[in-house]
Amino acid sequence: MRVSVSWLREYVDLPADLPADDLEQALVDLGIEVESIEDLAGTVTGRLVVGEVLEIEELTGFKKPIRFCRVDVGTANGTGEPQEIVCGARNFAEGDKVVVILPGGVLPGGFAIGARKTYGRNSHGMICSAKELGLGDDHSGIIVLPADTPAKPGDDARPVVGLDDVVVEVEITPDRGYALSVRGLARELAHALGVPFRDPGLAPAAAGTAEPAYPVEVRDTVGCDRFAARMVRGVDPGAATPGWMKRRLTVAGIRSISLPVDITNYVMLELGQPMHAFDADRITGPLVVRRAEPGEKVTTLDGVARTLAAEDMVICDDTGPVSLAAVMGGETSEVVDGTTNVLLEAAHWDPVMVGRTARRHRLFSEAAKRWERGVDPALPLVALERAVGLLTAHGGGTAGTAVLDLDHVRPMTPVTLPVDLPSRRVGVTYPPERVVALLEQVGCTVVRGPDRLAEDPGEVGVAAGGGDVLTVTPPTWRPDLTDPADLVEEVVRLDGYDRMPSVLPTAPPGRGLTWQQRRRRAVARSLAERGLVEVVAHPFTSPELADQLGLPADDPRRRAVRLANPLSEEEPLLRTTLLGPLLGILRRNLGRGHRDLALYEIGTVFHPRPGAGRPPVMGVDRRPTDAEFAAADAVVPHQPRHVAVVLTGDLDPAGWWGPGRAAGWADAVQAGRDVLAAADIPAERVEVRAADHAPWHPGRCAALLVDGTVVGYAGELHPAVVAALELPKRTSAMELDLDALPPAPLAPAPTVSTFPPALIDVALVLDASVPAAEVQRTLVEGAGELLEEVRLFDVYASEQLGAGRRSLAYKLTFRAADRTLTVEEALAARDTAVALAAERFGATLRGA
Amino acid sequence: MSYRNDPYDPKQVALLDPAALAEAVADAEKAFAAAADPDALTALRPAHLGDRAPVSLARREIGALPPAAKADAGKRVNEARRAIESAYAARAEILEREQAARVLVEERIDVTLPYDRRPRGARHPLSTLMEQISDLFVGMGYEVAEGPEVELEWTNFDALNIPADHPARGLMDTFHIAPADGSADPGGPAGSGLVLRTHTSPVQARTMLTRKPPIYVIVPGRVYRTDELDATHAPVFHQVEGLVVDKGITMAHLRGTLDHFARAMFGEGAKTRFRPHYFPFTEPSAEFDVWFPEHRDGPRWVEWGGCGMVNPRVLRACGIDPEVYSGFAFGMGIDRTVMFRHGVSDMRDMAEGDVRFTRAFGVGA
Repeated sequence: MRVSVSWLREYVDLPADLPADDLEQALVDLGIEVESIEDLAGTVTGRLVVGEVLEIEELTGFKKPIRFCRVDVGTANGTGEPQEIVCGARNFAEGDKVVVILPGGVLPGGFAIGARKTYGRNSHGMICSAKELGLGDDHSGIIVLPADTPAKPGDDARPVVGLDDVVVEVEITPDRGYALSVRGLARELAHALGVPFRDPGLAPAAAGTAEPAYPVEVRDTVGCDRFAARMVRGVDPGAATPGWMKRRLTVAGIRSISLPVDITNYVMLELGQPMHAFDADRITGPLVVRRAEPGEKVTTLDGVARTLAAEDMVICDDTGPVSLAAVMGGETSEVVDGTTNVLLEAAHWDPVMVGRTARRHRLFSEAAKRWERGVDPALPLVALERAVGLLTAHGGGTAGTAVLDLDHVRPMTPVTLPVDLPSRRVGVTYPPERVVALLEQVGCTVVRGPDRLAEDPGEVGVAAGGGDVLTVTPPTWRPDLTDPADLVEEVVRLDGYDRMPSVLPTAPPGRGLTWQQRRRRAVARSLAERGLVEVVAHPFTSPELADQLGLPADDPRRRAVRLANPLSEEEPLLRTTLLGPLLGILRRNLGRGHRDLALYEIGTVFHPRPGAGRPPVMGVDRRPTDAEFAAADAVVPHQPRHVAVVLTGDLDPAGWWGPGRAAGWADAVQAGRDVLAAADIPAERVEVRAADHAPWHPGRCAALLVDGTVVGYAGELHPAVVAALELPKRTSAMELDLDALPPAPLAPAPTVSTFPPALIDVALVLDASVPAAEVQRTLVEGAGELLEEVRLFDVYASEQLGAGRRSLAYKLTFRAADRTLTVEEALAARDTAVALAAERFGATLRGA
Repeated sequence: MSYRNDPYDPKQVALLDPAALAEAVADAEKAFAAAADPDALTALRPAHLGDRAPVSLARREIGALPPAAKADAGKRVNEARRAIESAYAARAEILEREQAARVLVEERIDVTLPYDRRPRGARHPLSTLMEQISDLFVGMGYEVAEGPEVELEWTNFDALNIPADHPARGLMDTFHIAPADGSADPGGPAGSGLVLRTHTSPVQARTMLTRKPPIYVIVPGRVYRTDELDATHAPVFHQVEGLVVDKGITMAHLRGTLDHFARAMFGEGAKTRFRPHYFPFTEPSAEFDVWFPEHRDGPRWVEWGGCGMVNPRVLRACGIDPEVYSGFAFGMGIDRTVMFRHGVSDMRDMAEGDVRFTRAFGVGA
């Protein structure tokens, strides 16, 4: 909300020379965020003076008519002679008072004014329009000051046009609707600065009369608990909105429409009471306030025909709905150019209803914003009195004596507050008198002792019985004060947050990170240490991704969680694999000229629960039972944490030592092994097995297993995937479900033998289709417990070995715990290992 | 070859002459001095100390002397031999030292050659910061709590005192999950009942539902709002949130905790400033600023996060008796913290994953 300080000063006695910083601090200390404070006096520099047009000479022969004016600017120009100024506007006459900027001045936007030759004449300055002064959008002509303007030629024009004002823009939190008004802000400033406040909401107003101002029936007093109206007849349809009112509306960002409408907006800004002005001659028959019939239609002031829902409230006449209540008036009943009889309405609507209606129709009007945040139900008659006064003062006409007031407002509910609760919650000792004084300051009525009338003494969050309690009735403009905690906040807010001490609480001993949390860190760190760069990708993906990755029709990764309101219609799904977004980031890096890339991400993937339906409805008045919450939680998608790696280009860079080494399938598989090692899964429980799994190359894909369960896949991506996603050839990847890994066991300590090892190499020739992993497992099994280590050091194929055969050469290290092995013992162990390989795979010793 | 039984030859006996022995010593010394390296010196050994060397031949002549002369001659020969041996050893030591020094010079290489054969990668600064903050609080006895990113509306909103029609819900710019049956009205009564969590606060509710007080937890995590990615906004960002529920917890404890946090993160000169604010799930509520002495544009207050005393309504919805327990909660944006701490000027740098950006932060200590 943007508001002029001059307006605030009408109701609060701000110090005359209040610096902008102090004003800002006062607002901030009360919880009102200040977006900006703008001193309008600084927006126009130089001499801006009142001038009187003495003589106008019409210049012709140009594209448009031009006027050469002689303007009395008093002695502001230093000579006392009339100022000669060329002007393109035509909305003024000789004798009019205007606003002149003299050479040397600068208008908003850095527009410097000088003396210059134009249209064949010398122009010394400029006669200004409202837009040129930054006072609004009106550029239809220059500003013509009212004839009775007290200022004389040569006087500073700033106070005359409102450029002496300061404009404050504030952001109001959703709990404090009352502060969306001059009234509310003035009240807050009065608290902050300790200065007197005159509440315009308490101004005297005509009370409801037996005779209604207009026949009205309210059929739903829940949606509309107060409806008040007054009539003004014989308004001059040509009456203009006074300049000061226009300026204040402009500052607030509200366009001037017509006098009656401007007045309703002005009163809304001033008091916080949204109003509506009907043209009494454009409504027929009594008004009925009710819920809309489903499918009923109304065309609102913005020209949009809206189909209504059963929850919307409408105001109807004999022709049907004439207003979408509380949110926006209707076209057929609005005030128009010739309106003379105005029915002013000030009602009070259900905030929940207004919020729903505003969201349903996407109509976030200034009125709806205030209703949703809470409007003082005590205001309607005061607002009507103010509006009627303004309308008759500026538009003539006669106010009717009848005042309609259908009031079903329920009194405010008192809150029981243990007087020591603020001290207990905040950690500052507030004496009872201080608590009472502060609450009274915000308008509460405070009574010592429990409220005997209270229906529910066990209010939220306090022990009712015992101790000294206060019964606090909030003022009508504070519907947000419903709980003791709300009152605690008022006390600490007004007393000052800066009075709060700083005390560090002592937590009970914790158990540190969980093993899953430690493992995630170890994995992340180990990958980074090994040369990979971590990314944090957005999880949004496109439906086409599943096809690009070549996922089979029945692949569970095709079933994705869908957003109802995605940012991009192209990416409405949440990832079921990290690879989609991760490869997107790989591509972005390639596009930026990087060639050698090794990236990883640890993040969640999202799998919907098939047939889960909707979670059961749960209230908040009590804890849901474990069963209720479990039922709700069962609807939440499965969101395991995965780790994924993508590799392209050289993993080991080229250098003066020699060429680089391209990343490939083996690095991807090894990344998987590294992850499992970092997760403390013992190598003997890990198995790598050939697999055929999208999006990997069917001949270059490994499944990663722990204890026989697949936990991930790695290898080179399928050439079709590489082509579809426009990736470099041989791009490799790994993805693994970290949540599927078992906890790490306690590692048993090995026996460290001090006896010397026996080293024996064996080269086995066997069918190339036998996986090396199985051969190695067989050697380990066959060699028995004397085998300390086995390491594959060469893989070799040749014509001599025969087609489809290869040689695998292993270095075997044998060692006994209690003695030096004899050559015979080591050879015997080797022989049993080779024999088992021979038996299982037909392996023969090479060169044997 | 032996000469022992050779007949006496006066010419050979002349080898025992003192002058001849002195000459042999002098010859040897001269030859050794001329040797340029240990190998050359070794090659001289047979000529001066070998079987056919003058001192060796002279020793052999001793037997031919009359007994009276033997002792004297033996002594002379031994002295000469010792002198040659000693000259040899001295020269050998010099030559070996010279050679060792020469090797060190010859083996000199350029130790400034780069050798990044497998450069280290990097952690994302968001991950590192979340871990750093978690560690700080774990050190104070807190535990790290986590929750799902696709979350129940109930935990994200209702349990946190944000009922369906509260304006605060509208302000959250929520991503709604489409109902599985494809029906419309997301977020309405017919919606899926699921959202991408808009803050880490649903983990508060989950924590209170599953743990008994005293509760001291820190909650790092990803959150989502429907903001387009630009220099200052992102649809995906990160928060860290703290929750304490215990007997006798006051707002002064909240301030003490945040002051400690600020000093740990921003140095001993850091401090906090509270401004009243509104959050449905805390009452009283505040936003807090931190005084950051090392800001790249000079020391200043920086908006850091929101906090407050857990609303008794939230405690009650989660099954904790607000008449026995009170609590505080605080939260701040991790992305924002990385930005002002490291001088990141564009939010997109954090999301786009350009390796140049991330590498600058290293693996983290």
